[in-house]
Amino acid sequence: MSDQNNLDELLRAKEAWQEKVNKALEKQPERKEFKLDSDLELEKVYDPLDLEDFDYLSQLSWPGQYPFTRGIQPNMYRGRLWTMRQYAGFGSAEETNQRFRYLLAEGQTGISVAFDLPTQIGYDSDHPLARGEVGKVGVAIDSLVDMEILMNQIPLDQVSTSMTINAPAAVLLAMYMAVAEKQGIPLDKIKGTIQNDILKEYAARGTYIFPPRESMRLVVDIFSFAGKEIPNWNTISISGYHIREAGSTAVQEVAFTLSNAIAYVEAAREAGLEVDQFAPRLSFFFNAHSNFFEEVAKFRAARRIWAHLMKERFGAKNPRSMMLRFHTQTAGCTLTAQQPDVNLVRVAFQALSAVLGGTQSLHTNSRDEALALPSEQSVLLALRTQQVIGHEIGVTDTADPLGGSYFIESLTDHIEEEALRYIDRIDEIGGAVAAIENGFIQQEIHSSAYRYQKEVEAYKRTVVGVNRFTDSGEQSIDLLKMDPATSRRQNERIKEIRLSRSQGAVNSALQDLRKAANGKDNLMPYILTAVKAYATLGEICGVLREVFGEHQQQNIF
Amino acid sequence: MADKPLRVLVGKIGLDGHDRGAKVVAQALRDAGMEVIYTGLRQTPEQIVETALQEDVQVIGLSILSGAHIQLIPAVLEMLREQESHDIIVIVGGIIPKEDIGYLKENGVAGVFSPGSTTEQIVSFIKQRFKEKK
Repeated sequence: MSDQNNLDELLRAKEAWQEKVNKALEKQPERKEFKLDSDLELEKVYDPLDLEDFDYLSQLSWPGQYPFTRGIQPNMYRGRLWTMRQYAGFGSAEETNQRFRYLLAEGQTGISVAFDLPTQIGYDSDHPLARGEVGKVGVAIDSLVDMEILMNQIPLDQVSTSMTINAPAAVLLAMYMAVAEKQGIPLDKIKGTIQNDILKEYAARGTYIFPPRESMRLVVDIFSFAGKEIPNWNTISISGYHIREAGSTAVQEVAFTLSNAIAYVEAAREAGLEVDQFAPRLSFFFNAHSNFFEEVAKFRAARRIWAHLMKERFGAKNPRSMMLRFHTQTAGCTLTAQQPDVNLVRVAFQALSAVLGGTQSLHTNSRDEALALPSEQSVLLALRTQQVIGHEIGVTDTADPLGGSYFIESLTDHIEEEALRYIDRIDEIGGAVAAIENGFIQQEIHSSAYRYQKEVEAYKRTVVGVNRFTDSGEQSIDLLKMDPATSRRQNERIKEIRLSRSQGAVNSALQDLRKAANGKDNLMPYILTAVKAYATLGEICGVLREVFGEHQQQNIF
Repeated sequence: MADKPLRVLVGKIGLDGHDRGAKVVAQALRDAGMEVIYTGLRQTPEQIVETALQEDVQVIGLSILSGAHIQLIPAVLEMLREQESHDIIVIVGGIIPKEDIGYLKENGVAGVFSPGSTTEQIVSFIKQRFKEKK
């Protein structure tokens, strides 16, 4: 490509093509402006001229080789497919345990726990603010008893478990460890992930409890404790998913996620951890949205940026510290309540983009999720979608099959460049924590969300079944019905636990935790002791609320 | 005589953190000339009513995606009745199953805006209601 003669020949040939294009446009103007979600105007076609300075070794190299643009495994899915991991949880621990065992029996390869909102915000089911919320968007977990039931007959040494839990992540992790011990499983055998990504809670998802500084201490305590006690546990899943759901563009998703990641790495180093001590257990979580090629390029760009950051900015030596490993979920916000079966098609394409982008694990949304939590039948179809992609259509037979495409490589470069520009801006503001505190990130996300909505309403953006191809007929679908008695039963169970446990042991565990929270000790061992004494989630978080205070959100729109 | 702008409270009731819709609607109402007070997340029915009365709003727009609407929204309407605030209309947006919409309306909700609703629909619904009242 660098050969001058070759280049001249290309330019001449391109001129001939351009003339043809001009003629074609005279006959038939183009349908619309062609733009990425991230606002880049697209060329009619991409060619070698778009990749003039392209360098294979430094920009791509092979899969499993720095900078990991083409994937983190040398042969990608030829060895092992991604983990098929459906996010699930509702009602009581018993009901959710049934759903987990159903999904495992149907060929799912990992568990992903959805907790209800009171659990995510550190309230017991009998707290006044839990009114109406118990067991609704996930399973209600109040104490170790619930976690024991949740994982009943699930072999924790064979199945990996991901828990979407942030502000009280330390408590749920402690419960999981306690259950593993009861099952007689050595702690170095348990595998899984806690989300533990508090920064995106302030910016996009909303289940924060404590102020940022105190929350960062908890995050780093987990990094440090888990590094020693549970070496196969992913201590954080740094999430762009919810940033995208809140309305960001693909570029913003990458930029804000990696800025948050930088903040965690810096916090851990300030606490005295060596980068290669904790970085191999950092993991990521992205959204698979609808603009297919933009999404594929996004995953590849994110891997390359992370590898450069870890090596160059943070001096990592261990290649595992430089590998961006990620989970993907298809975009919930693209699901429509209208003509819900059409969501099956959306999800399939989105899932395909994640696989072509090299994901390590995947959740496919169910067709009914704009209406309710998914029914068993809908979840099964969503899982089957992954199985078709993995086993039938051949896209897993060779690594990074889109690598080298003029278009994909141009997009990958573009997303990398634009994301780095944002990361620089956030660095100038003082890092992700400062950029969240001053509202910069929230404002950027909101502006994109508003623009998106206006584009849909102006018919500049088509949503099938919503602003075009609408259908007056109603499509009927059987939705999951929640058991209204969950809340009452959870409250009864909490009462029983409070009567049957040793109150002295609980009091002293909570007292020790309070002391430690006021000091500098790692809090994990104290939380583990409290959990094992059957202190409830609300009691443990209550102590931390007293010591740390609570975060107050700024209301930006 | 120039009309005084309508005052609207946009509130996130319950514990869910999905505020994308609420903020988009808040901005659209403001762009349509209304005065908007946005409460932020995790509001109880008591807090919603208290703020609505303090801010002297004519419309309360509640956003909820967690499924707790059945308990929380009738509580707001009940409190408004107790306060004899009959002039305030309550509209709801979020994930509300079809069979619950009737129940909410029976309890006094003026309008429910499901996924796919446009900001334009919400703006004109509110304007229409207050045109009728004059």
